[in-house]
Amino acid sequence: MLKEVCWQIGGEQGGGLDSTVEVFNTVASRAGYYVYAYKTFASRIKGGHTDFTTRLSTERVQAPAAGVNLLVTLDQESIDLCARNVYPGAIILADEAINAKLPEGIDAKLLTMPLNKLTLALGNPLMKNNLVLGASAAFLGMPIDGFKTYATTRWGNKGEEFVALIHKSMQEGYDYVVANWPELRLEIEEGDGKERLLMIGNEAAALGALAGGCRTVFSYPITPASEIAESLVKIFPKVGGVAVQMEDELASIVACIGAGFTGARAMTATAGPGISLMQEAMGLAAMTETPVVIVDTQRGGPSTGMPTKQEQSDLMALAYGGHGDSPRIVLAPGSVGELIPMTAEAFNLADNYHCPVLIASDLAIALFQQTVEPEEAKLSSMPQINRGPLANPEELAGLARDVFQRYSKQVNENGVSARSLPGIKNGQFLATGAEHGAFGKVTESAANRVYMMDRRMRRIQNVNTEAVRYFGSENADIVVIGFGTTVGAAKESIAEIEAATGKKAGVLQIRLIYPVPVAQIQAYVKGAKAMVVESNATGQFSFMLKGAGYNPANLYSLLKYDGTLITVEEIRNAAMAVLNGEGQYFVSGGGQGVRKAADPTITLAAQEA
Amino acid sequence: MATMADFRTSEKSWWCPGCGDFGVLAALQKALVELATEPENVALVAGIGCSGKIGNYINSYNLHVVHGRSLPAAQAVKLANRELTVLAAGGDGDGFAIGMGHYMHALRRNVDITYVVMDNQIYGLTKGQTSPTSDGGFHTKSTPNGNIEKSVNQMQLAIASGCGFVANGLSSNQKQLVQIIKQAIQFPGFALVNTYSPCVTFNKVNTYDFYKSELVNVDEDPTYDRHDKFAAMKMLMEHNELVTGIIYEDPNSTRYEDLVKGFKPEGIVNQKWEVDDETWNKVLAQYK
Ligand SMILES: Cc1ncc(C[n+]2csc(CCOP(=O)(O)OP(=O)(O)O)c2C)c(N)n1
Ligand code: SF4
Ligand SMILES: [Mg+2]
Repeated sequence: MLKEVCWQIGGEQGGGLDSTVEVFNTVASRAGYYVYAYKTFASRIKGGHTDFTTRLSTERVQAPAAGVNLLVTLDQESIDLCARNVYPGAIILADEAINAKLPEGIDAKLLTMPLNKLTLALGNPLMKNNLVLGASAAFLGMPIDGFKTYATTRWGNKGEEFVALIHKSMQEGYDYVVANWPELRLEIEEGDGKERLLMIGNEAAALGALAGGCRTVFSYPITPASEIAESLVKIFPKVGGVAVQMEDELASIVACIGAGFTGARAMTATAGPGISLMQEAMGLAAMTETPVVIVDTQRGGPSTGMPTKQEQSDLMALAYGGHGDSPRIVLAPGSVGELIPMTAEAFNLADNYHCPVLIASDLAIALFQQTVEPEEAKLSSMPQINRGPLANPEELAGLARDVFQRYSKQVNENGVSARSLPGIKNGQFLATGAEHGAFGKVTESAANRVYMMDRRMRRIQNVNTEAVRYFGSENADIVVIGFGTTVGAAKESIAEIEAATGKKAGVLQIRLIYPVPVAQIQAYVKGAKAMVVESNATGQFSFMLKGAGYNPANLYSLLKYDGTLITVEEIRNAAMAVLNGEGQYFVSGGGQGVRKAADPTITLAAQEA
Repeated sequence: MATMADFRTSEKSWWCPGCGDFGVLAALQKALVELATEPENVALVAGIGCSGKIGNYINSYNLHVVHGRSLPAAQAVKLANRELTVLAAGGDGDGFAIGMGHYMHALRRNVDITYVVMDNQIYGLTKGQTSPTSDGGFHTKSTPNGNIEKSVNQMQLAIASGCGFVANGLSSNQKQLVQIIKQAIQFPGFALVNTYSPCVTFNKVNTYDFYKSELVNVDEDPTYDRHDKFAAMKMLMEHNELVTGIIYEDPNSTRYEDLVKGFKPEGIVNQKWEVDDETWNKVLAQYK
């Protein structure tokens, strides 16, 4: 009996594979398994290779598996591309019709099944996917009934006959495997049957927005962010909100500022190209002290880059982008589940710090399904809506006009003063991107400029949020620092590092990317070696850490920027190299393993000098 | 009830004496007074330019955005609190050069706001370059040999893009402009109030006298039917957009807000945002 198995299916994009995978993952989740599902896909709709991988386990899993146990292939290309990643002795199931050949040197059993023929006999091309599901269930020892039940609820509206055909196809697939390979089984331990949730990060962000009181969304479609607005547009009619597909990101961010100025909670969601377009207006939000929330599902950059590939290379743009000096708060989730309360909290932070709050999600969190524990999605455990300092309408009504100072020097402990909202009598003011005084009126006085600049920047000196989370051994010899998708692999690497080196390891998850919580990082790392793991080419977070005063001599790094996810194995290998004193900076990916590199955060010119 | 004084601010004007924008500001304030609005219930979003400074001189909730982006912000203000009177304002460059991408879409989206353009056919604040509404042959600092591009026809564009209220005024014709702005604000949907607002400093061609002699006033033509789209287009084309009055009005306009599923009559900002368990669980159910 296995504690976990990894199932992969490969074929042509647009062939309905995604719905097959959705069924598989949902049924697995309902059976009480933890699921981590990832995929390779291209920026095209039909054609081209795609593969989906689902790691299911009786314990929480949050990173790609080291290999695949059962690979289902619908074309030779999938075998060529995916067979290299199987565990020794794995099962590769192929359609008989493709005359499958196993590439040389691969230790796996290639089995063929007449999928095409059986599908033809069933009289509906869609049934191929159900045959595959039935066959997979048989190999993995998952009860076929779970699949059938799901089909009944999911496609019940298409008529009894259709559902009966699906059931028949699933059963045929199942029976074929049982009859032909009675000995070959990868049986997984039974799931605990507990009801959990399964969702992608973009859905989690939408849920967080709902819980956080966000009722206005302005965005422009982009991979991998679109599902955030697509989810909210479905949810909003229930709560009276509005999700507008704007004409571009310039409009999206400025619309959020308009709604924020009015007092609503507004959000936009985008990826790197949109972040670039939003920079001018992020300065406007900072200057006018208007709350806005921006989710950035990072993908491969720069420019169009690799729209469907993982990267974490927008950190600099999020923290420091745009012209002039302006405050921002940048958060990063470490899992899909975490994104629900984090997104809700982002609105509280925006309302309390009166500046843009950005969530640095990334493609793998945004688009890959993960199990979410019901506790993580409990409404009662979401942050309470906290509007921050607002002018009191009754108090203002008792005053005359031109008395209320929107940018008053009487600030609270966060460095912000109460804002008035349209509709409040005597609260009228000018919110302008031009430098201004207490009433918002434009002035270029030098003394006022210094006050206003300091006022804006001071607010992010002490951002009240859970900035870091520590996992693993106390008094570690090495602390892996990560954020976003990387956190999952880093956590799983702890045991492997300790087993391989005999030393103690820990993981420090960074939840507050900017302002960099350098003191807290130092407090957790103490004398250990700190290894920053990030998906970008220039070590952006390392650079920010150094800028925040972190001792560069004790900063190690592992970078990957080939578009694939950082794996447990890579983190372990880099940690071993660091602990063995083999080097300070490492890269991985691009078909090669972990290898030494130069300090990427130092410019070439500085190195030559 | 609010008076003109209630809508004024103590701010000293940065506009040149004689600038057309003074007239637009005065007409706007007068219209708001005559409609019995209160300053706290008016939100004005202005762009960047001499015209964009209008928010400094009107006592209301003012948002002065980045160049070209008054419309996205103004639409969002309205969606966030539909109980407000929402205005957008700016210049010809702000609206039809850098902001053109937003103009087109605000026209077809039909959120209930009023867009007041102060068209001086030049860039005022940057000291006299050609604008998208400058006439062919017009000499400016950036077109020393005369403008070789054609001008944008923003009113025809508006009608063609589904805008339900298209009007044009002259800043010195206060009486008409006040009437236009009032009706624009009352119109259920996106209303365009273009105004010719002469730049006395940098545009020596399109002056008050020029407009007075060239403009055709449809409000004074009893045979003109403002509900006739084709007549409106013909009028604008024939007179090179030198037409004043309410040029087109759609009697069947439906606001964007009224088409949003589940949208409430009460402003979003005035609603309770806490989610109840039933709604939350219903939403969560799809992830089980
Ligand atoms: C992104 C950006 N580009 C350029 C400018 C410079 N700029 C300020 S106002 C303006 C044009 C103003 O012309 P118009 O909109 O016609 O307003 P007017 O001053 O004529 O009222 C320009 C180009 C700017 N503020 N922002
Ligand atoms: S430069 Fe022209 S548009 Fe600007 S204030 Fe002076 S007259 Fe008005
Ligand atoms: Mg102009």
